[in-house]
Amino acid sequence: MNRFLPFWPIAASQHAQRVDDLIISFSLLIFCLTAPVFVLIILFAIRYRRGQPADRTHRPSGNVLAETSWTVIPFLLTLGFFAYAAFLYLDLGRAPADSLVIDVVAKQWMWKFEHPGGQREIDDLHVPVGQDVKLTMTSQDVIHSFFVPALRIKQDVLPGRYTSLWFNANRPGVYDLRCSQFCGMDHSLMVGKVFVLSQADYAAWLRQAGASGDLAAQGKDLFRDLGCSGCHDPGSTVHAPSLEGLYGRLVPLDGGRAVVADDQYIRDSILDPNRDIAAGYPAVMPTFAGRVSEEDLVRLMAYVKSRGPATPAAPAPEPRP
Amino acid sequence: MTVAAPLLTPEERVSYLAAGSTLRSWLLTTDHKRIAILYLVSITGFFFIGGMAAAMIRLDLLSPTHHFLTNEGYNRTFTLHGVVMVWFFLIPSIPATFGNFLIPLMIGAKDLAFPRLNLLSWYIYVIGGGVTIYVLIAGGVDTGWTFYTPLSTMFANGHVVAAAAAVFIVGFSSILTGLNFIVTVHKLRAPGMTWGRLPIFVWSHYATSLILVLATPVLAVTLVLMSAERLFHLGIFDPALGGDPLLFQHMFWFYSHPAVYIMILPAMGVVSELVAASAHKRLFGYWFVASASLAIAAVGFLVWGHHMFVSGQSRYASVIFSFLSLLVAVPSAVKVYNWTATLYKGDISLDPPFLFAMAFIGLFTIGGLTGLMLALLAVDVHVHDTYFVIAHFHYIMVGGAVTGFFGAMHFWWPKITGRLYSLVWGRIAAGLIFAGFNFTFFPQFILGYLGMPRRYHVYPPEFQVWHVLSSAGASILAVGYILPFVYLVHSLRHGRPAGPNPWGAAGLEWTTASPPPKKNFLETPVVTQEAYAYPVLEGRRG
Repeated sequence: MNRFLPFWPIAASQHAQRVDDLIISFSLLIFCLTAPVFVLIILFAIRYRRGQPADRTHRPSGNVLAETSWTVIPFLLTLGFFAYAAFLYLDLGRAPADSLVIDVVAKQWMWKFEHPGGQREIDDLHVPVGQDVKLTMTSQDVIHSFFVPALRIKQDVLPGRYTSLWFNANRPGVYDLRCSQFCGMDHSLMVGKVFVLSQADYAAWLRQAGASGDLAAQGKDLFRDLGCSGCHDPGSTVHAPSLEGLYGRLVPLDGGRAVVADDQYIRDSILDPNRDIAAGYPAVMPTFAGRVSEEDLVRLMAYVKSRGPATPAAPAPEPRP
Repeated sequence: MTVAAPLLTPEERVSYLAAGSTLRSWLLTTDHKRIAILYLVSITGFFFIGGMAAAMIRLDLLSPTHHFLTNEGYNRTFTLHGVVMVWFFLIPSIPATFGNFLIPLMIGAKDLAFPRLNLLSWYIYVIGGGVTIYVLIAGGVDTGWTFYTPLSTMFANGHVVAAAAAVFIVGFSSILTGLNFIVTVHKLRAPGMTWGRLPIFVWSHYATSLILVLATPVLAVTLVLMSAERLFHLGIFDPALGGDPLLFQHMFWFYSHPAVYIMILPAMGVVSELVAASAHKRLFGYWFVASASLAIAAVGFLVWGHHMFVSGQSRYASVIFSFLSLLVAVPSAVKVYNWTATLYKGDISLDPPFLFAMAFIGLFTIGGLTGLMLALLAVDVHVHDTYFVIAHFHYIMVGGAVTGFFGAMHFWWPKITGRLYSLVWGRIAAGLIFAGFNFTFFPQFILGYLGMPRRYHVYPPEFQVWHVLSSAGASILAVGYILPFVYLVHSLRHGRPAGPNPWGAAGLEWTTASPPPKKNFLETPVVTQEAYAYPVLEGRRG
């Protein structure tokens, strides 16, 4: 935690410790590269001060060897740091397959969390220690950003799109969660707490937080209430794609393209069904934009996933540019 | 150097300042030197407005929760601070004043290539500034200077379109100034003033002008699209309308990252002049320093994505942007090393221009190195949108660009006004600015790493000590900035006459009278030497 400095923030994950090691070692490198500049400026200002007797003969006005070395050497020295930092960064986008997935919906000015067991919380997030936790995040209005300083992680949360982040907290404790993308009037009040609990405490919390059925079950009810089952259930009279085993599969589209049925595809299919038509089906589905909230989408998604293959064929891909 | 030219009329010998004193003679002037003064007066006004907003921010953050501003008021204050400082002070600061004044003098020309266009660009600036004042009086804007969508287009309550219009308008002033400089450097160099003899100040303004001309139109397009979405609900950036919010960020930073170089390149040009003149020695590595300016301008167009590492852009794109951002630091480092090497075996005067140049090097170096940290992807993820970033870009844009501006002011003031100011007070101001700046912004690096997000009005109490330190430093910095205003204005009346070359500096601008005559030179100069041909023996002070 506080390492050598009194003002160092707590590091609550291995990733956080690695980021700290990276910044400290990089700081040492740039100190070595810059200290000579500051020392020499002061030294020259004293020694070659006007009126001061000093040897001013053979004044150089250029030196290609010096120029080349102070151009190339520092750059090469930074490349190792570049590569390690990029490795840590790419890792943030690759959540382990067996992560506990928690859905996050941000809105002006609060955080809503949906646990797979159906538990819901606002501004507080309870997670177990030592467990890979993946957050699938979206916003209901403007861009927000999910920032937990103790974990050294941050990811913007966008409307109309899913972004994700994962972490594995290794110290039980209560850590600050802050919105770090300016999101309007009460931006600075869009804060919360991340409670990292021991396995036993977490189990107790899950029980105490209660839920009327897990997310997928809630999604199934919604699926029926919204009338989706009228077309998408096997045996329905309307010819609509079955959702059995859909999630993570490659779906052929009208016009010859094909897409992986990921979160983004399913979301778009609900809100803007005529954008990507599954090959061989008529474009008859009405849009549900305005009828389902982001939280409803989370539930419907959980239901679709529950009918998909047990392990997705493809990991959650990069958000599309 | 005195040039004997007995055939000139007295009217041609009179200084540009004495060439007319009516309001009309100023407002309808096409003399680049007078237009530079018009710019100087107007940007000083906006510096004051932006500075007042900064003072309000620093005062309000003294306490984590007890504020005199509402949350909304605070948001409008920092937005005003950003918009005014970026577009109405920093971008025009050195180019429109010192660039305008000095480029023709440095290359031996009578004026810029398009004198009337030059005046027009000042009027465009004034119109844009007027719209900004309107926004301020009407109640301000609450989006941050970055105008991120869909907050700005669909959710903000402030005068977003008016603010965008102000920035849109002032952009044309930038474009025209850049165009004028490019043509001037190409076409109006005096006989013998080859590209290899151009002062570095001119090289860096040339590079800056390329950015002004190439990048500013993208900003104009972006602001028009944003206004169209806000006014007519055209789905461009808001996903609810079918748009893409990241498209806005790509377009905005495609301009706004190069804009940082618009601010810093001219200051680097100033420092190159100050270092060579103070050390009384040819600049070390002339061609490396000159081409570094062009390299920064070119590579600077390829790094905008480093503002978007956590935005949701492709992670692989981020890796490329990270690499290019480390690369763009190389030419900046080249400059710092060359300035230091120039001091070796110099004959260094410790007058204010030297002290400001050294303050620039110190602050710019800290800003640049923390920029390298930000280019490292995993580090950026943690400190992005925190006070670490605030501290970093203030070190570049204030510690760098504004210190460069003050350095230029202290070096060329005798040339512009014909008067010497108090060197003692100049040294004190340089010291106060350097100390006050570090005192203000260094604590913000710590705040950022601790996890204090930017644009937070209410903040956790454990951060208060750092905010109080920062605000205390800001009061020192404010004194440092106000002080030159006092002794420079005082020197206008009471300063000793400067003579043509008070610093004993090389460069064509020092061969003509101070203040220069209306047509700059009594006789077109013929250049026979490289830039920084030291020693210059005549007219040396002390």
